[in-house]
Amino acid sequence: MTEYVVLSAILFTIGCVGVLTRRNALVVFMCVELMLNACNLAFVAFAKQHGNLDGQITAFFVMVVAAAEVVIGLAIIMTIFRTRRSASVDDASLLKY
Amino acid sequence: MVAPDTGAGGVFDLLWLVIALPLLGAFLLLGVAPFLQGSLKASADRHGHLVGTAAAAASFVLSLVLFIALLGRGAEERQIGQHLWTWFETGTISVGMDLLYDQLAALFLLLITGVGSLIHVYAIGYMEHDVRRRRFFGYLNLFVAAMLTLILSANFVGLFLGWEGVGLASYLLIGFWQHKPSAAAAAKKAFVINRVGDIGLSLAIALLFATYGTTDFAGVSEHAADASQDTLTALGLLLLLGACGKSAQVPLQAWLLDAMEGPTPVSALIHAATMVTAGVYLVVRSNFIFELAPIAQTAVVVVATVTLLWGAVLGCAKDDIKKALAGSTMSQIGYMMLAAGLGPVGYPFAIFHLLTHGFFKANMFLGAGSVMHGMDDDVDMRHYGGLNKAMPVTFLTFAMGYLAIIGFPGFSGFWSKDRIIESALADNLLVGVLAMLGAGITAFYMTRLMLMTFFTEKRWAKDVHPHESPKVMTIPLMVLAALSVLGGVLLAGDWIVTWLEPVTGHAEHYEPPLPALVITLLITAVVAVGVATAWFLVGKRDVPREAPREVSFATRAARADLYGDAINDAVVVRPGASLVGGLTTFDRVGVDGAVEGGSSAVGGISTTMRRLQNGFVRSYALSVLAGALLVVLALLAVNLA
Repeated sequence: MTEYVVLSAILFTIGCVGVLTRRNALVVFMCVELMLNACNLAFVAFAKQHGNLDGQITAFFVMVVAAAEVVIGLAIIMTIFRTRRSASVDDASLLKY
Repeated sequence: MVAPDTGAGGVFDLLWLVIALPLLGAFLLLGVAPFLQGSLKASADRHGHLVGTAAAAASFVLSLVLFIALLGRGAEERQIGQHLWTWFETGTISVGMDLLYDQLAALFLLLITGVGSLIHVYAIGYMEHDVRRRRFFGYLNLFVAAMLTLILSANFVGLFLGWEGVGLASYLLIGFWQHKPSAAAAAKKAFVINRVGDIGLSLAIALLFATYGTTDFAGVSEHAADASQDTLTALGLLLLLGACGKSAQVPLQAWLLDAMEGPTPVSALIHAATMVTAGVYLVVRSNFIFELAPIAQTAVVVVATVTLLWGAVLGCAKDDIKKALAGSTMSQIGYMMLAAGLGPVGYPFAIFHLLTHGFFKANMFLGAGSVMHGMDDDVDMRHYGGLNKAMPVTFLTFAMGYLAIIGFPGFSGFWSKDRIIESALADNLLVGVLAMLGAGITAFYMTRLMLMTFFTEKRWAKDVHPHESPKVMTIPLMVLAALSVLGGVLLAGDWIVTWLEPVTGHAEHYEPPLPALVITLLITAVVAVGVATAWFLVGKRDVPREAPREVSFATRAARADLYGDAINDAVVVRPGASLVGGLTTFDRVGVDGAVEGGSSAVGGISTTMRRLQNGFVRSYALSVLAGALLVVLALLAVNLA
C-alpha cells in the first residue's frame, strides 16, 4: 500500500519539477500528464484501501478531463508553433502587465 | 379686531381693482411692450410713462372713492373683507387670497396711491432723457401694486407676497442705473440685508401656522391670547426682525443710505414715503401680538430709540444731500417705531407721523431731485449754496418740508412728533428725553442741509447754471408742500385717534410727567437750539468746497455711517467668510483627502502588484504551487491543532 503512495508522490514531484523547469511546451505538457496520472494512482490506491469505488470513479473522470485537455492543449501548442516557429513557453510571454 | 364683513357690495366690490390697475400697468409696460415691433414699440417707449401714471392715478381715484364710501359707514361697519380666491389648501391649512379694507388700510391706500401718483408725474420730467423710461415706469407700477398687496392683504401670507414684491421692486429700482457699479452693489446690498429681515417674517408666519393654524388677521387676533407667553414673545421678536429689515432699523439699517443710488423719484417713493414704512405697518397691524408680548414691545422701543438717534447722527455728517435725507428718514422711521412700541397709546401717532412724514419727506426728496436736476446731477451740498434765488419754487416747497420735519409750530411734523414725544415721556422718561434730543439733532442737520443748499455763498462748479425745473416737476412739489403744511388737520379733534381705534385698540388715558403745553414748549425750545447751533456752525462760517479732512473722531465715525458696514463686516461677513473658508478647507483636505488618498493607495499597491503578471507561464505555475502548498499547510495546521 505504502509503495503505491510513495510511487505516486515521486511521480507527482517529477512532474511538478518538470513543469517548473522545462521550457519546451511539449515536455511541460507531458509533465502535466505525469502529475495527473500520479494523482490517478493515488486515487486508485486509496480506493482499494478504503474498499469503495469513489476513488476509481474519480480516476476515470480525471482521465476524461485529461484527454479533453490534451486535445485543446496540443492544438494551442501547434498553432503557436506555426506562427512563432518555437515551442518554448517563455517565448509566449506577451500577455502581461 | 372683529371679523371683517365680507361681500359688502357697492363700490367695495371694486377693491381688488386698486391692486389690479397698477399691476396691469406693470404688465403692459414690462410684459407686453418689449415684444412689440417697429413703430408700435417706439410708440410704447415714447408714451409708456403715460400708461404708468394713468394706472397709478386711477388707483388713487378709486382709493379716494373707497375712502369716502368708508367714511359714510358707521364705525362698526368699517372693516370690509373681500375673498378673491383660495390661494392654496393643504391639510387643515387654507390660505385665501383675501383683502381687508379697514381704517388703517384706507389711510395707507391714500398715501401710497396719492404720493405715488404725484411721484409718477414728477418722474415724467425727471426721467425725460432716460432711454429706459418706459421700463422705469413699469417698475414703479410694479412697486405700487406690491405695496398695495402688502397693505390690503387680510392675512400674513398675502402680506408676505406684497412684502417680497416691494423688495423686488426696490432692488430693480435701486439698481436702475445698472451701468454704475455702485448702483448695482447698492441694489444687491439692499436685497441681501432685506433677506435677513425676511427670514424673521417668514419664521413668524411659520410659527403662526403652527400655533394658530391660520394667518388671517381676524383669526389670529381672536385667539392671540391662547398661545403661551414664550410663543408670543418669539412671534413679536421675529416680526420685529422683519420690520427692522424693511424699515432700515438698527441693526439692519446699513442698506438705506446706499439705496440712494437709485433715481431720486425712487428714493422719494420707496425709500422715504412708503416701502420703508412697511415695518411700522407690520408692527401696528400685529398689535394683537405685541399687546400680549411686553418683552417684544420693549425691544421695539429700544430698537426705535437707537435708530432715531443713529439716523440723526448720520444726517449731521453727510455732504451728499440724498444721504443726509436718508439718514433723516431712518431717524423719522425710528420715531414711528417708537410710537408703535408704546402700544395703543402710540399706534395712531405712529400712523399719523408716517402719513405726515410721507408728505414732507417725499416733498424734500423730490426737491432734492429738482436741485440735482438743476446742478447737473451733482449731489454734494458743498457744491451748492445760494440756490434760493436760482430755484425759487423748489426753495419754497423745500422750505415747507423743512419746517414740517423740524416741527415748526403749526406744520404737520410739529403735531405728529409732539404727540410721539409726549407719549414716550409718559411711558419712560429716558426714552422720551432721547426722543426729544433726536428732535434737536433733526433740527440741526435739516438746518445745515437747508443752509448749505439754499443759503450761504455760491460754491457752484464751473459751467453749472442752476435753473428751475419744469412744471411737471414743480407741481407735485407744490401739492406735497401744501400737504406738509396742512397734514396736521388729521389730528384735529383727535380724528385719527378715533378713526384708528377699532383697529389698534382703545388707549388708556395716560398722564405725561409734565403738562402737555410745557412739553410742547420744551420740544420747541430744543428744536430752536438745534436750529441756532446749525446757524452758528454752518450759516455764519464759510463752507469749504472740499470736506475738511482734519475732523473729530465723532465726525469721522458719522461720515462712515457710524461704522455700520464695519460692524456688519466684523459680525457677519467675516465670520461667515471664515466659516465658508474652513468648510472649503475641510472639504478639500478632509473629505477629498480621504477619497483621493484611498484611491491613490489602491493605485500604488496595484502598480506594484501587477508586476507579478509577467507573462511567463512557469512563474504562474510556481504561484499555483505556492498557493497549493499554502492550502495544504493550512489544512494540516487546522487538522493537527
